[in-house]
Amino acid sequence: MQRDRPWLMRTYSGHSSAKASNELYRTNLSRGQTGLSVAFDLPTQTGYDSDHPLARGEVGKVGVPISHIGDMEALFDQIPLGEMNTSMTINATAPWLLALYVAVAERQGVDPGQLQGTTQNDVLKEYLSRGTYIFPPEPSVRLTTDLIAYTVKNIPQWNPTNICSYHLQEAGATPTQELAYALSTATAILDAVQASGQIPADRFQQVVGRISFFVNAGIRFVEETCKLRAFSRMWDEVARNRYGVEDPKQRRFRYGVQVNSLGLTESQPENNVQRIVLEMLAVTLSKNARARAIQLPAWNEALGLPRPWDQQWALRMQQVLALETDLLEYGDLLDGSPVVEAKVLELIAGAQQEMENVAAHGGMVACIDNGYVKRELVQSHTRRMRNIESGDLKIVGVNCYQETATSPLTGGEESGIMKVDELAEREQIAALQAFRATRQQGAVDDALELLRAAANDGSNIMPSSIQCARAGVTTGEWSEVLRGVFGEYRAPTGVDFVASDRSESKALEQVRERVRTTSDELGRPLRLLIGKPGLDGHSNGAEQIAVKGRDSGFEIVYEGIRLTPSQIARAAQEEGVHLIGLSVLSGSHLELVEDIRNELEAIGCKDIPLVIGGIIPQDDARQLLDRGLKAVFTPKDVDMNIIMNTMVTIIRQVNGLEPLA
Amino acid sequence: MSTSAATQASDLAAAIAKGERAALAEALNLLDDRRTAARQQSAALLAHLQSEYSNTCSHLIGITGPPGVGKSTLGAALIAVWRQRGLRVGILAVDPSSPFSGGALLGDRVRMQTNGEDDGVFVRSLSSRGQFGGLSAEVWPMCIVMLAGFDIVLIETVGVGQREVDVSRLCDTTCYVAQPGSGDSVQFLKAGILEVPHVLVVNKKDMGAVAQRTLSELGNALNSEHPDGQWQVPVLATSAMNGNGIEALADVMAHHHQSLQERKQLARRRRSYQAYWIHKRLEEEFGGFGIDKLGGEKALLEQLQSQNMDLFKQYDSLRQQCCNGEIDKHESDND
Repeated sequence: MQRDRPWLMRTYSGHSSAKASNELYRTNLSRGQTGLSVAFDLPTQTGYDSDHPLARGEVGKVGVPISHIGDMEALFDQIPLGEMNTSMTINATAPWLLALYVAVAERQGVDPGQLQGTTQNDVLKEYLSRGTYIFPPEPSVRLTTDLIAYTVKNIPQWNPTNICSYHLQEAGATPTQELAYALSTATAILDAVQASGQIPADRFQQVVGRISFFVNAGIRFVEETCKLRAFSRMWDEVARNRYGVEDPKQRRFRYGVQVNSLGLTESQPENNVQRIVLEMLAVTLSKNARARAIQLPAWNEALGLPRPWDQQWALRMQQVLALETDLLEYGDLLDGSPVVEAKVLELIAGAQQEMENVAAHGGMVACIDNGYVKRELVQSHTRRMRNIESGDLKIVGVNCYQETATSPLTGGEESGIMKVDELAEREQIAALQAFRATRQQGAVDDALELLRAAANDGSNIMPSSIQCARAGVTTGEWSEVLRGVFGEYRAPTGVDFVASDRSESKALEQVRERVRTTSDELGRPLRLLIGKPGLDGHSNGAEQIAVKGRDSGFEIVYEGIRLTPSQIARAAQEEGVHLIGLSVLSGSHLELVEDIRNELEAIGCKDIPLVIGGIIPQDDARQLLDRGLKAVFTPKDVDMNIIMNTMVTIIRQVNGLEPLA
Repeated sequence: MSTSAATQASDLAAAIAKGERAALAEALNLLDDRRTAARQQSAALLAHLQSEYSNTCSHLIGITGPPGVGKSTLGAALIAVWRQRGLRVGILAVDPSSPFSGGALLGDRVRMQTNGEDDGVFVRSLSSRGQFGGLSAEVWPMCIVMLAGFDIVLIETVGVGQREVDVSRLCDTTCYVAQPGSGDSVQFLKAGILEVPHVLVVNKKDMGAVAQRTLSELGNALNSEHPDGQWQVPVLATSAMNGNGIEALADVMAHHHQSLQERKQLARRRRSYQAYWIHKRLEEEFGGFGIDKLGGEKALLEQLQSQNMDLFKQYDSLRQQCCNGEIDKHESDND
């Protein structure tokens, strides 16, 4: 029996340091993983060196810290780059990380022209979800197009950009929105490459052929299967009609997948295993729209960082499906199904309509700055949260069947999650400072001058970036030069125009009553500051609390992501808020809370109560409460009416009011 | 009022005038507080500020216009220019509140894009608090407090119909930002729905021909002197995004301020606007009943504008009259 070749199997990983991550990669490869997927830490993704003040607490947390060529070399120690297929989840600093990868290949004696792999390099979705953008949209798009143009000419087997609908779904996108916004992004980027004039017209089809996608798959796996079929068809049409691509191979919708993290639960986390498996089915079922690479989240992602064993389990799920089942022995199972066909057509029609809306708002790049797409996403996510709250959307173990026996999986010594070595940050900083001391400063300065010149005169950013990599420039230095030329950016939050909750549910009415009563007793409307400190850009939680707070009658001050502790403290003072709610998902909550408390104390505002929400392990939650935080919320707390009530109760206590009945 | 409350008010007023951020924040919280004791303290504070720290060198500016024209980005660009000129800037940013919950998302702060670490900038956001036609009554006293501590106080609010009337009865200089390509502003101006601003701006100059057309239409519609007299309304084009025309806009505003001072109009105007807001605030606190008790709206406004007595002291004493009235009423209820 002829079997199809399985997809590329990866595990998204990286943590602590280049050395520790290298060991992990080599272990994973020896266990049958067939490609690498590098997770970078937030300072690396947002262009800061490990010793930058904003990096405090974030170094090595959600990925590996890479500050210079020495780190990159250590990351791929004993891994021959000429034989590897490496996917890098990197966006704003993508040209820089690719430059480092090229420079390491040179040092390994590998011809960079032979390199294979992917840079995510889709910065537009960073403004909508995930949040690791640095510069305003226009220069960001320019960097994206520079990388594409460079690789098409010089590293022909590289996938220069992975247009992501993945993070859009995480931010609340419906399947229709996922299709529409991802395809609108792809055309915006291709149009920009075309307009840049860097690629001769006769080679442009090749550029279209190099565009790949990174897609999400949620638990509604029938619909998700249809979504991928719709994607394939729509992309084929875009490539043919908009860009005149004749070769069907160049029109193929090539995509990788990470299945849904949004739907993974903290309660009864073992149920996530069956969720992940079903979601994987959605992207493999159709032979004609099958994923080319898959990475699966770990079952315990909502609890904290997964351990090597958890990642192994995720890899084994893929292996069982690919190697034990008969899935790969058949042609397309769904061709000719009228049910599937009808659903595909429905999705296509909806997506085309939404693509027209984007175009009417000026196209995808304009939609970042005018906030149209972000607002639509927040609105969809709000709808989802309201449906979970009302019970219309069932989540087993969360809003139904909550009772459970004690789980043997989460009871162990490590409470079922990975702990990053607390020394990692200090060691990384010491190594970075030692590296800086040994390099040739003259070569560094010259390379940075080349980079600045390229940024200013519009020539392709890659050659000077590669020169910087060779010279020992750091991630922070590379980014700082470009910040100087392009400026920085703060994206619209999308929460401002979300429709009010008119459900008049009893629980909501009660919350409103309590907010009103307390406002009256305190003489002025209850004001709440929602702060996202640090570099973490996962803003779903903050946005939903902002909207819910407004719906509950609070006056909400929310300034978006990436604020310094001092900015948060000062805003709390200027705005005269009754309570500060922090949201941190990157694992750096202990350090950030400490810094914010110090800042508040320094300006005489230490009495403003603090609460926090995020992915916070139980041990840390206890520590935070011991240090004076009034409440810790985690993904388990899905009923936002309860969260609102808790905040009112805290405000009443702090202000010496009697408890409400 | 007890002596200690008076001392407290004078200390707070002195700290605000020195530019102490914590004092300003405390004062703004106090002015927001509707409880009777807080209202009395507020009145005492305002009286101190007026008698000791009132200053016509500081400039109260309102920016208004329909949603989406880029008022906040324009504000941010202006703040940058003012800071370069060494001026300290206080901002009151007003956002609408939800008619369903009374809550609000105060989004202007993020749109202002200030860096949040500059002691020369202070932003307080406010919701319209159900005042769908205008500014909530807290805005006026908050402006007074900010004027004591800053060179420039900027109020930013969505201007639709009545709401923009409120702004123009508050500020020394009102600036209206029009949307390029939309004829609404022109029509509103011609029809007199839109109060004539002191400065008209077409933002998004980068929209090229469209902006140019709107610019000339507005110029034609406004081909006259401002109703205040002795002021030709300038029509400017700006692009907050790339900083075009911002310096010129700051200059024109400063020029208007100077012209008011030279014509000795500033103090008079602030007085008449303050009368409007005192009336508004008293009406909000005590209702039509309270106003009637004080002799009715017309007489009250005349009295507020004509007398030389300090306005804030007057506000304080009018409040007392209303409060005492309530106590009387309360006592008579007990009989």
